[in-house]
Amino acid sequence: MTDLSSTAPFSRSSHRSEAFEARLQRRYRSERMFQRAGIGAIIFAGLMLVMLLTTIVLNGYTAFWQSRFDVSVYFDPEAISPSGSIDPETLSAGDYPALVRSALTELVPAATGRDGKRALMELVSSAAGYTLRAMVMADPKLIGTHQTVSLLASDNTDQFIKGHIARSALPGERTVSDRQIGWIDDLRAKGVLKSHFSLDVLTQPNSRQPEQAGMWGALIGSIMTMLVTLALAVPVGVAAAVYLEEFAPQNRWTDLIEVNINNLAAVPSIVFGLLGLSMFLNFFGLPRSSALIGGVVLALMTLPTIIIASRAALKSVPPSIREAALGIGASPLQVILHHVLPLAAPGILTGTILGLARALGETAPLLLIGMVAFVVNVPAALSDPSTVLPVQIFMWADAPERGWTERTSAAIMLLLGFLILMNALAVLLRKKFERRW
Amino acid sequence: MRFELSDRSSGDRATPGKITARAVDVYYGAKRALHNITLNIDGNRVTALIGPSGCGKSTFLRCLNRMNDTIDICRVHGQIELDGEDIYAKTIDTVQLRARVGMVFQKPNPFPKSIYDNIAYGPRIHGLAQRGPEMDEIVQSSLERAGLWNEVKDRLKEPGTGLSGGQQQRLCIARAIAVSPEVILMDEPCSALDPIATAHIEELIDELRENYTIIIVTHNMQQAARVSQKTAFFHLGEMVECNDTEEIFTNPRDERTHGYITGRYG
Ligand SMILES: Nc1ncnc2c1ncn2[C@@H]1O[C@H](COP(=O)(O)OP(=O)(O)OP(=O)(O)O)[C@@H](O)[C@H]1O
Ligand SMILES: [Mg+2]
Repeated sequence: MTDLSSTAPFSRSSHRSEAFEARLQRRYRSERMFQRAGIGAIIFAGLMLVMLLTTIVLNGYTAFWQSRFDVSVYFDPEAISPSGSIDPETLSAGDYPALVRSALTELVPAATGRDGKRALMELVSSAAGYTLRAMVMADPKLIGTHQTVSLLASDNTDQFIKGHIARSALPGERTVSDRQIGWIDDLRAKGVLKSHFSLDVLTQPNSRQPEQAGMWGALIGSIMTMLVTLALAVPVGVAAAVYLEEFAPQNRWTDLIEVNINNLAAVPSIVFGLLGLSMFLNFFGLPRSSALIGGVVLALMTLPTIIIASRAALKSVPPSIREAALGIGASPLQVILHHVLPLAAPGILTGTILGLARALGETAPLLLIGMVAFVVNVPAALSDPSTVLPVQIFMWADAPERGWTERTSAAIMLLLGFLILMNALAVLLRKKFERRW
Repeated sequence: MRFELSDRSSGDRATPGKITARAVDVYYGAKRALHNITLNIDGNRVTALIGPSGCGKSTFLRCLNRMNDTIDICRVHGQIELDGEDIYAKTIDTVQLRARVGMVFQKPNPFPKSIYDNIAYGPRIHGLAQRGPEMDEIVQSSLERAGLWNEVKDRLKEPGTGLSGGQQQRLCIARAIAVSPEVILMDEPCSALDPIATAHIEELIDELRENYTIIIVTHNMQQAARVSQKTAFFHLGEMVECNDTEEIFTNPRDERTHGYITGRYG
């Protein structure tokens, strides 16, 4: 036997030398540092996220509590229908605020004179009169009776009770006067004015008054818009990806298309809004502010994402599976439908859901096509004017009254909830599909 | 009970001229991978293709069921006939051709479906059988022929990818058999398997010879000698020599063949 170490490029003993040890130590050290940097980054990101979420939740949870007056109201026939007629037209024209006023003055006799009564009426929401009218319209027999009714407090009252309007602020700097504070304290002590848990912020349509505003309309608008986006972007995107990946020849044209698709994925979303404005609104004359056109614009925006994700998913299907299927005589279409697409489905699905999640949170392009309009009615059809959650958030965040702050945060919570739901769905579906195969 | 595959003879009766290749040239783009190959392959025989890596064995094999069609840059010139019919003629449908000429690949590639569906897929797309007992029978007899039935009969619903490498390769053979092909092409079917699984498959090939024409690419000289009756030696894109296996291994005519089988290069 010859000495092996003499033929090796380095002498074997160098693996045990001091220099080698030092190199090894350095290697471990840089590994530890790398790990620490990674952990640090995760902690930093986590803290930021926690900070964001706590701010939103702390600001938003109060939106689910609403101050209400539980008062005994006399449905005075004189105010509702002096003529005694109960046909709907007469009933709807009745002076319901007067009923509210007399019910409240009974509780707060100190409020006298025009000014006093007006200050007292500022404590209840303008919705109170509508509540009473709706009750009477539904059941005219109430006229002439006393009923205990729960009436919505005004935004100022509500915000004061929630502590968002500081008692210590100078009278000129707060929207409730000293006199009103006194009445509020008195009514709360009597148990008439109380904070109730309420889902109205979710289940009511939008309103000009913060205490009455809810996001039901925006939620429905968002869902309808997403459905349009889904119905357009997924079939078109997947079909385009399948064609480009499986059938298209490799030439200058397909290269050009590929470059363009990648470019489109990076185009700022507002550009799609401009396209929607000039194409669909002005040229095709589709209904303005509608979920239909919003969905079409967002579909255009999502399409490149879906195509790119689907192509990547199709590419990752092992060629051996295609060969196996071709080898026993499957036609190219059968290979794709029976083998390639099912295997690519988890990837396609993930890409689609991520694309949709981005579309769900998109605001800018929708502003351009008029979805920023103030819409009270809940949209019932795709062509109805509607708004979507992120635009609703944008509008509420822009409004001055204090009550909008908590509602904005509540809307953000709902939007985040939806995003989490969609991403969880993506993970779940992927897991499910992967297990099946 | 077995389904009738065909009335081909069951003895050791070769049917000459099952496949004839005449002056076949194959190009990958500008690169010529096969030069003027002329080769006759007998039916009901095992023909081994041997030669150093990159000499074009797989390329030739893939010409026989037109798998090369799926490679954009690949062009095939010359004539290849199956039972006297030009398989590159316009009238030939590749789907039909591949049902007649099955293929087993180097790496076992079962579908990520159940064992049952792996076998049933081919017959189903070709409309050879409907669901139910008819299909059950095809699945069973295919697995039996591939010598896999006893090992998997209780787990037909489990995924084919959960089998061992050797079992997977036999599953792939069973899958190829299930569509009743006349020819089975095998590209290094045992290269990923251990000696026991290899022996199993070699036995299987020997049995299958009764009913099928088999062409096998192998790097293993002993394997070529054990399973084949004819051997063709490829070198640098040319077919150097084709003869009875015994002749090739005991009395090669060409210097290059001699060098290769004695291990001087390859
Ligand atoms: N898809 C392809 N594109 C371009 N060239 C290819 C392609 N497939 C094979 N070739 C070339 O054709 C020649 C023959 O390849 P082939 O795969 O037929 O060799 P082989 O004999 O099967 O080799 P091995 O024993 O290593 O499998 C090689 O030079 C190879 O580089
Ligand atoms: Mg090969």
